[in-house]
Amino acid sequence: MNLAMVTLFGLIMLIGGVAALHMKDTVSAILAAGSVSLVASLIYLLLGAPDVAMTEAAIGSALTTVVFLFSWTRIQRHPESTNDRKSEYREDDQP
Amino acid sequence: MMRRVIVVIALATIAFGFFPLATQIGELSGLTGIATHYVEQGAAELGAANLVTSVVVSYRGLDTLGEVLVLFTATTGVTTLLTAKKSKSVTQNEEEKSVRREGSELLATGAAFLFPLLVLFGIYIFMNGHLTPGGGFQGGVVLASAFLLLLFSDCRMQLNHVLLKRAEAFSGAAYVAVGLLGLWLAGGFLDPRFLPAGEFGQLFSAGAIPLIYILVGIKVGSELTGIIDSMRGCSR
Amino acid sequence: MMHLVLTIGFLLVCIGFWGLMTRRDIFRMIISFSLLDTGVHVIMVGIGYVPGGTAPIFDEALAVEQAVGKVVDPIPSALVLTAIVIGLAVTALMLSFAIRLHASKGSLTVDELKELKW
Repeated sequence: MNLAMVTLFGLIMLIGGVAALHMKDTVSAILAAGSVSLVASLIYLLLGAPDVAMTEAAIGSALTTVVFLFSWTRIQRHPESTNDRKSEYREDDQP
Repeated sequence: MMRRVIVVIALATIAFGFFPLATQIGELSGLTGIATHYVEQGAAELGAANLVTSVVVSYRGLDTLGEVLVLFTATTGVTTLLTAKKSKSVTQNEEEKSVRREGSELLATGAAFLFPLLVLFGIYIFMNGHLTPGGGFQGGVVLASAFLLLLFSDCRMQLNHVLLKRAEAFSGAAYVAVGLLGLWLAGGFLDPRFLPAGEFGQLFSAGAIPLIYILVGIKVGSELTGIIDSMRGCSR
Repeated sequence: MMHLVLTIGFLLVCIGFWGLMTRRDIFRMIISFSLLDTGVHVIMVGIGYVPGGTAPIFDEALAVEQAVGKVVDPIPSALVLTAIVIGLAVTALMLSFAIRLHASKGSLTVDELKELKW
């Protein structure tokens, strides 16, 4: 029973991790990374570490996502640079 | 093409480095080494019901002190980087965009309602850190998220920075002072046995462990609030 | 079960490294750091797992005398507790660097930051 749950959570984590790096939209990528932390907190609970589960759920899933979104919003408000270098703002570029 | 080959080779090398982790670590069949000492003697020596708390606060207390120091350094770095004096053109942009949408009333009312509940919950978590799962870090994070709710709801809200800095400085200094008291009155630095161990499972037990965790909780809460406030970037 | 958890953590570490090496956007790189941190923490907590063990907290269900055979190792939990908080602090610092870089250079791809290249 525990083994099946850990396998399922592990699959969700890996899919979420790959999705966080492949998505074009940055906000979706940030939310995918937050969901990876959330599922990791469930795995910690199954491994018998409730303190670590609480800390990971509060910090990794909530505060990290919030800090990412704050900085993303702050960058979006100033899309032009302040000096005269080339200032076009590119979307997520991948080689 | 060349870059892709190099990336694959680098990944393969890292995987090869991690490979003995999967094959040569066997599952523990029971506790070994110092963990048996902590489990057997921890409750008798320190009187805390939560073993992870007694390990974090007293057996590995110096690691916690170092971590509090790292958090302090990161908070200082974030605050310094993000509240530097702005150049002129940036201030012009800000003035143009200073008319922002007000926060919704649902969010503002809900935040005002939930704020005292969350503060109470955070204080409960770090006061009971030695009895139930929880402790200073979790309680501090819940405190910071209570302030985060308030900062979300209204962009014009300002926190009292002097109070925040004073709380952070006081709790950090008090943590080191409690450690020095342990050096003076009990076995060594950060030894929590200078206060009476009390009855097992009660709130005021386990020596100075609740005191240390309360100070850590206040410090972590005020520091994370400072980080979030710096990153918020609403109009000053 | 411990091997399963170690494999999951190890794959997360690989995903984090791969994202760090192939993505050129600063935000993806910081997200990759965060995934790398999470993977390492999963590995560390997985090493301390005792099969059939429960959380190391003494209450009515778990008496002090019979605890040695039934309890998960408390030391990796303590180490990971510290590491998670430090991971958040470093992520916040990296993001504030990203904000300042964008404010002064105007772009978020690391290929544009040519000032340190010789």
